[in-house]
Amino acid sequence: MIRMKTNIDREIIKFIQGDIPVESHPFASLADRLNLSEEEIVEHIKDLQDEGVIRRFAAILRHYNAGFNVNAMVAWKVAVEDADRVGKIMAGFDEVSHCYLRDVPEEFGYNLFSMIHARSDEQIIALLRQLASRTGLSNYIIIKSVRELRKVSMEYV
Amino acid sequence: MNNLDRRDRQLLNLMQNEFPLTTQPYLDIARQLDISEEEVLNRIQAMKQNGIIRRTGAILDSKKMGFYSTLCACRVQEEQIDKVAAIINAQKGVTHNYVRDHYYNIWFTLTAPSHDEAMKIIRDMQQAAPIKVLTMPAIKTYKIKVSLDMGDKDED
Repeated sequence: MIRMKTNIDREIIKFIQGDIPVESHPFASLADRLNLSEEEIVEHIKDLQDEGVIRRFAAILRHYNAGFNVNAMVAWKVAVEDADRVGKIMAGFDEVSHCYLRDVPEEFGYNLFSMIHARSDEQIIALLRQLASRTGLSNYIIIKSVRELRKVSMEYV
Repeated sequence: MNNLDRRDRQLLNLMQNEFPLTTQPYLDIARQLDISEEEVLNRIQAMKQNGIIRRTGAILDSKKMGFYSTLCACRVQEEQIDKVAAIINAQKGVTHNYVRDHYYNIWFTLTAPSHDEAMKIIRDMQQAAPIKVLTMPAIKTYKIKVSLDMGDKDED
């Protein structure tokens, strides 16, 4: 479970859960502090990635500023036994960034969530039409964001 | 709105999808794009300053880290939104929080070291604010990959 076996893991995770420095040797300061070589730091990071603790190592953009100014959370009603089929189809679309089956209260009822990023309302509508026809689902709601109240990365350590 | 040229867009695509895990990642990126490392660093700095790049680093798997996470929703009176948002956002495990166009108008994500701790945080929120929080934890994940296709041509 928790991959915090050593203090080194902890320190590395603490360093890479945030924003690494934009400089020629971004891991040098960390290596120095931990008395390791930069190569060893990189190997550690790769190990964490192989174990799945790190899902991805990448640049994360502010999608609004990058021109993807429409994002929609779409919640679909799906039979649980049909969810895998639908989830796989949705995952195949580049515009779908997240797709989950959720355990939802009955009063809400829409249990399959997909997050969609696009450059216009028209794109969203066209994409939803495609998703609906490819999956055969017709019961969904679009839950658009009106205002961002908070968006940060999780600090685990 | 943004003045990204073709190189910037190639750089963003590369950094989102195949960031090199090496001791000098920016030099490796520079070689791939056939520009200098200095130019890569300058372009990245500029795109951080104008708010396009949020950060560069690891996206961790909360479950593998031993954490519990859930999507939450609640209904708040329009005029109370900011007050309630401040109460919700005071929790460090709340990483995303949006006002949304739905009967449940506040939607946030909560990540906590355990299920019990998450439930305690929600109980505390419900005591501090007049809200009933619905929790919607993921049972299955079909996709998590935010990668925005920036294109690499001069025109879209």
